[in-house]
Amino acid sequence: MNRTRTARIAWTASLLCLGLTLTACGGNGVPAEDAAQEGTAESAASATAADAFSVTAPWIKAATTEEGMTGVFGELVNGSDEEITLVSASYDGAGMVELHEVVTEGTDGTMREKEGGFPIPAGGSRALEPGADHIMLMELTEDLEPGVEATVTVEFSDGSTTGFTASVKDYAGANEDYGDEQAQEGEDTEHEGHGDH
Amino acid sequence: MGDGKARLSRRGLLLGAAAGAGAAGGALAHRWAAEPAPTPEGPAPNGTLTVPFHGAHQAGVETPPQAHGTFIALDLEPETDAGGIRRLMRLLSDDAARMSRGEPALADTEPELAEVPARLTTTFGFGRGLVERVDRAAVPDWLGPLPEFDHDRIDPAWGEADLLLQVCADDPVTVSHAVRMMLKDSRSFARVRWTQTGFRRAHGSQPEGTTMRNLMGQVDGTVNPAPGTEDFERLVWGGDKPRWLGGGTSLVLRRIATHLDTWDELDRPAREAVIGRRLDNGAPLTGEDEHDEADLTAKDESGLTVIADFAHIRRARTGDPGQRIFRRAYNYDHRDSGGQDAGLLFASFQADPLRQFVPVQQRLDELDLLNEWTTAVGSAVFAVPPGCAEGGYVGQTLLEA
Repeated sequence: MNRTRTARIAWTASLLCLGLTLTACGGNGVPAEDAAQEGTAESAASATAADAFSVTAPWIKAATTEEGMTGVFGELVNGSDEEITLVSASYDGAGMVELHEVVTEGTDGTMREKEGGFPIPAGGSRALEPGADHIMLMELTEDLEPGVEATVTVEFSDGSTTGFTASVKDYAGANEDYGDEQAQEGEDTEHEGHGDH
Repeated sequence: MGDGKARLSRRGLLLGAAAGAGAAGGALAHRWAAEPAPTPEGPAPNGTLTVPFHGAHQAGVETPPQAHGTFIALDLEPETDAGGIRRLMRLLSDDAARMSRGEPALADTEPELAEVPARLTTTFGFGRGLVERVDRAAVPDWLGPLPEFDHDRIDPAWGEADLLLQVCADDPVTVSHAVRMMLKDSRSFARVRWTQTGFRRAHGSQPEGTTMRNLMGQVDGTVNPAPGTEDFERLVWGGDKPRWLGGGTSLVLRRIATHLDTWDELDRPAREAVIGRRLDNGAPLTGEDEHDEADLTAKDESGLTVIADFAHIRRARTGDPGQRIFRRAYNYDHRDSGGQDAGLLFASFQADPLRQFVPVQQRLDELDLLNEWTTAVGSAVFAVPPGCAEGGYVGQTLLEA
């Protein structure tokens, strides 16, 4: 336990440094290299991708079971000095959850499953945003009403898992369509009704 | 995190690094570091100033009034129950807290507009309808319409509502964006009843603490109790209140139309007589300086009181120190309809409107020459819940009682 916590603190320190500049960190009296080395040593010993993972400002677009699906957004943060990859996600109130990317042509965005998951660079972050990468909740079994909080579980390529809580927000955007092929396939399923613009 | 904030942090760290290098570099460098370092970028812009959202009291009451204020009143949808109100207040509190720090709210579609907090505050007030929907027994006796006054011409369009958002900042774009963000988060729960926008002098135009002038040209608010004093504590935060309102207060928002065209017919001596104060510096007609105590007994050569019986400050004056209020007013001035619709958004905070606001207003209603040029056209009363801690939300004391 203690070892894990130490690693996490070291990673946080190195993340802070990377978020600004190494010069600034050096001047501020935090030996950036030492912090990074500590992180490496610990990560080799015990830390998992889930330990290194955090989310900044997570939220979910409000949706009803009738609408059937919605997106999870926020900034995925990797506090370690090695790339981690988010490979799948789950949510209790959704029958199916996928990692999606959006391919934009003009003002029309087309969603498709993101192959290989979401790699998050070492000491960096990856934004999940409407019109771009997001976690797609499908086959909703309960309404996600504005103002509730929902816990999403994520799994990484090393098999580790963790959860985060996101606020549900009323949001007009995030209406990306499926590609034609999928839209046709989904016509008589719960996928219908999403992105009806 | 907003760019502005990131820039400041980085600058701070770089300056710190330079000072560190100087100390290591010897005596000369050390002397450089000891001098107040001129910052190449000059002072930080006003827009970077912040007022904390979290605290024992809500921000936007004691906060020195910002240049711009928008008051938005919402009515809850019929289906919004206590659970819905709780979710709404969570969302709005989270929005307000983030934006007060210059960060975008969650799901903000224009995050760049949030980067200039400019002392943004959001103050929430609960109308009688909201509190009743949560717990009828929790409604303070004063929460509801004020008694009718003869001179009022209240338009229900500016009347009581369920929820008030008072959004203030020194930058009108900041106010606009904050209001829009919070209304987007309100639309599943409530609809807008009315919006009132007002302004004071721009930030930095006058020394801090200068008493405002209204559009009639009068120095307005001289005898306000000062935040931080025992007086203020008792008059605004004190009093007998339901437990959930401990650390809270009440807001009376009166829309007072001023009839500037007929006011123009009065010359300065008459204008000063109406109020009982000098126009140039706001001093009582019996004194020299703004904050001189008015002498209501002083007589002129002809034996009449210098401050006339009909004068506003005589009528507003009370021998009962408990009958005082805290004003935080904004001017308004609209010409959308062709003519001028101008006046004062008279925002008054007090522990108990019936004991503090109403007696004064009754005296003004009976006899105050100023009534000739001013008419209250809107009036609404709200309970202002206490502030909340980080992770909490405004209204928690009522909604999780």
